[in-house]
Amino acid sequence: MVPSNSQSQSQSQNSDPVDASPNTTSGSTHAPQLAGYQCDGFFDEMVDQQTTARPDAELLVDLINRMPPGELLRRQNAIERSLYQMGITFTVYSDEAGTEKIMPFDVVPRTISAMLWQHIDAGLKQRIKALNMFLSDVYGDQNIINDGIIPRDIVESAPSFLPECMGLKPPRDVWCHITGTDLVRDNSGAVYVLEDNLRCPSGVSYVLQNRHVMKRNFPQVFSGSRVRPVNDYPSRLYSMLQAIAPAGVTNPTIAVLTPGVYNSAYYEHSYLAQQMGVELVEGRDLVVKNKHVYMLTTVGLQKVDVIYRRVDDTFIDPKTFRKDSCLGVAGLMDAYRAGNVSLANAPGTGVADDKVVYAYVPAMIKYYLGEEAILANVPTYICQRDEDRKFVLANLDKLVVKAAGESGGYGILIGPHASPEERAEFAEKIRLDPRNYIAQPTLQLSRVPTLANGILEGRHVDLRPYILCSGQDDIWVMPGGLTRVALKKGSLVVNSSQGGGSKDTWVTAEAGQEVAVDWQNE
Amino acid sequence: MLSRVAESIYWMSRQMERAENLARFLEVTLHLTLDQPDSLVDPWGPLVQITGDNEWFHDKYGTPNQQSVVNFLAFDTDYHSSMLTCLRAARENAKSVRETLSSEAFEQINQFYHFVCDSSASQITDPTAAFFDNVRDYSLLWSGILDSTMSHDQCWHFANVGRLLERADKTTRILDVKYFNLLPNVSDVGTAIDDLQWSALLLAISGFEAYRREHHLMNIEKVVSFFLFHQTFPRSARSCVAGAHWSLGEIEKCSSTELRGEAIQQIEALKHRLTESQVKEVLAGGMHQFIDLVQIELNQIGESLTYDYFNVARPS
Repeated sequence: MVPSNSQSQSQSQNSDPVDASPNTTSGSTHAPQLAGYQCDGFFDEMVDQQTTARPDAELLVDLINRMPPGELLRRQNAIERSLYQMGITFTVYSDEAGTEKIMPFDVVPRTISAMLWQHIDAGLKQRIKALNMFLSDVYGDQNIINDGIIPRDIVESAPSFLPECMGLKPPRDVWCHITGTDLVRDNSGAVYVLEDNLRCPSGVSYVLQNRHVMKRNFPQVFSGSRVRPVNDYPSRLYSMLQAIAPAGVTNPTIAVLTPGVYNSAYYEHSYLAQQMGVELVEGRDLVVKNKHVYMLTTVGLQKVDVIYRRVDDTFIDPKTFRKDSCLGVAGLMDAYRAGNVSLANAPGTGVADDKVVYAYVPAMIKYYLGEEAILANVPTYICQRDEDRKFVLANLDKLVVKAAGESGGYGILIGPHASPEERAEFAEKIRLDPRNYIAQPTLQLSRVPTLANGILEGRHVDLRPYILCSGQDDIWVMPGGLTRVALKKGSLVVNSSQGGGSKDTWVTAEAGQEVAVDWQNE
Repeated sequence: MLSRVAESIYWMSRQMERAENLARFLEVTLHLTLDQPDSLVDPWGPLVQITGDNEWFHDKYGTPNQQSVVNFLAFDTDYHSSMLTCLRAARENAKSVRETLSSEAFEQINQFYHFVCDSSASQITDPTAAFFDNVRDYSLLWSGILDSTMSHDQCWHFANVGRLLERADKTTRILDVKYFNLLPNVSDVGTAIDDLQWSALLLAISGFEAYRREHHLMNIEKVVSFFLFHQTFPRSARSCVAGAHWSLGEIEKCSSTELRGEAIQQIEALKHRLTESQVKEVLAGGMHQFIDLVQIELNQIGESLTYDYFNVARPS
C-alpha cells in the first residue's frame, strides 16, 4: 500500500515512557505506588500477602510501580472525563437539574489467570446447560419435581414462575440465551456462584466501554499482558439472535426491545442495538397482527422475527400478564406461542434465578448431567426449611440474609454489620414469610487494589461474566466480565445503585488463544 | 425506518439548528449595539418580536434589555425555544435514537449541551461575542459530523429536512429583525448606520463575504434578494427550501404507496414561489408580509410531515 501524501513528516509516533517494556530500567527514584499497600489478611487478586505480583499480574504491577506519583490518578480522571463526554451516564433522578453521573470507574484492572479462567469457563457452561434443562423440564414434564429433587411448592411459589409458560417450546430448547452470573472469591481464593441473572442481566456495555477507554489509556501494556478480547460480544450476540430465529426465517429482522429512555439501563440497550446494527424499539413501536409482530415504520408495517427484550417478563404483554403495562406489546405472547417470533430471553426464565431455587442448582447439575458442580454455590440456608430457619434466626449476627424477591442489593441484611434493631426487624420478616428468605455465611470477598483519594487501597470485588447460549452444546462465556467494586472502605456491597463502581477485567490468554490488540491497531 | 425514530431525528435536527440560529440572533445584536450610537432604536425588542412569543416574554421579563433578552433566548429553560431548551431537547431526542446516529454525532451534541449548560451562569450577566462564536463553531462541527459520518440514507434525509426547514424559517426571521429596526427610521436608508445594520445581518447568516464578492456595496434590494432568493448560498431561504425539497423527494422514493405526500406537494409550491418571485414586488408589497407567508407555509410543511410519515403506520 502506498502511503497517502501528508503535510509533514515530523509527526512522531506517540511514545509513552510509562508503557515501555518491563525490562527497561526507568531510572526513577520515587517510591513504588504499591509499596505501602496492605492486604490486611484478605485474598488479593493482584498480589500475594507479601505484595508480590501474582503470576499473570506481573506486567501490570510493574507498570503501576514505575508510574510517577499522581499518574494513575491523572489517567483515572482522563478516563472519567471521556466517559462523561461520550455520554455514558445515568441521570440522578432526585436532582431537579437532571444532574448526570458516570458509573464510577476504577483505573486499576482486575486480572484473572488463564488457569483460573479455564475452571470458571467450564463451570459456567455446565451451569447454563443444567439451568436450561431445568427450565425446559419445569415448564414441561416436571420430572425434577416428580422425582423429589426440588419441592413443588418452592417452584410454584416463586413469583417469577409463570404458569402461562407451561408447555412452551422455545427454538432449540434454549430459554436463557443471555445470562450474567455473579461470582465471588473468598479468603482462600475459591470461586463461588453468588447468583444467576437469567432475565435481563445488564452491565455488559460497561465491560465493553471500560475496555475501550482502558485500551486508549494503557495501550502497550495490553499486548504485553496477553489480555483476551471482549469486543466481539456484539457480533456473538447478533449471531446468537440470528440462530434462534423462527423456523423457516433465514434472514431475520432483529430488534432490541427497551422500556425506553427513562430506564436506568437505556444506554446499554441503545449501545447494543447500535453495535449490532439492529433496530431499538419500544413497545409503542410494535403491533401484533395475525400472530405476527410488526414495527411501525415510515413506510408502513415491517415484520420482526427476533426480539432481544430488555423488558421484564410480566411487562412484555399486557394481554397475557400485567394489564397495566404500557411497556409491552399486546398479543406478543400469542405470536411467541405460534412460533412467529423468538424472544431472548424466553419468558419464564426468572424461576431459575429465584434465590431459593438457586440453592438447588448443584442438585440440578447432578440430576440432569450426572456431574458434580464445577463451581460451588455459596452455602445457603433456606428459611422455609425448619432446621435452616432455626439456625438462621439464632445466627443472624454471622449471616447475610437476602429476600428472594429483591435484586440490586436491596432487601439484604449483612448480619455482622447490622444493628440489633435491624436484626430483630429481619428476624420478624423471616418468621412472617420464610419462603422469601435465604441466608448465607458472610464471605470475606477478595479484594483488588483500587484508587482511593489518590492512593491504592484494597476494595472488595465480585465478577459478572456474560454467557451466550444458542443451543444446549453451543455456549460461549465472555472471557472476563463486569468486575464490580465496593468503593467504600470495608463495604461488601458492589451494586452501582449502592455506590459501587466497576473495573476492567483482564483474563490472560493461554497459548494459541486470541489476544486483545491495542486500539491503534484496530 | 421506525416512525418514532424518523420523528425524533427530524426534531433533533430542527432543535440543533434552532439553537444555532438563536446564537446568530444574539450575536448580530451584540454587534449592532457595539457599532451604533446609543440614541438609535432599541436593538433588543425586535429580537423578542421575531420569536412570535412577545406576550410570554413581557409577562415574565417586562421591557426587553440586553440581560433579559440574552437570558430569554439563550438560557431560559422555562421558555420552550431557548437555546438551552433546544439543546436539551435535541440531546434527549438524540439519546432516544442514539443507535441510529454515529457515535461522533451523539458525542458532539452531548459536548455542545454541556458547553452551553456550563456557560450559562457567566453569560447571562456578561454575554460575550466569543461565547456565541463558540456556539456557532459547535453547530458547524455538528453539521459537518452529520454529513460526513452518517450514511445519506432516509435517516439523514429526515435530519436534513428538519435542519433546512428550520434554517429557512430563521433566515427569514433574521431578515425581519431589520424590518422592525429599520422601518421606523426610513431616513436612515442608505446611511452608514444602514450599511452597518445590513452588514450585521449578512454576518448573522455568514453571508457577508459571499455578498461582498457579488455585489460589493450594500443595497436594500440586493440584500433582501440575497436572503430570500439566492440560488446557491446555503442559508438563503430558496436554497434551504430547495435542499429540503430534494431530501423529501428521496424520502418519498422509499415509500411503497403511489400517493404523493402532502409535504412534498407543499414544498414544491413554496420552492416555485421562491424561484419566481421578484424582489421589487416583495418590497413593494411589504417584505414583512411576504416573510410571514413563507413562515406559515414552512409550518404547514412541518405539520404535513407528521401526517405523511410519523403517524403513517399507526393503526387507527
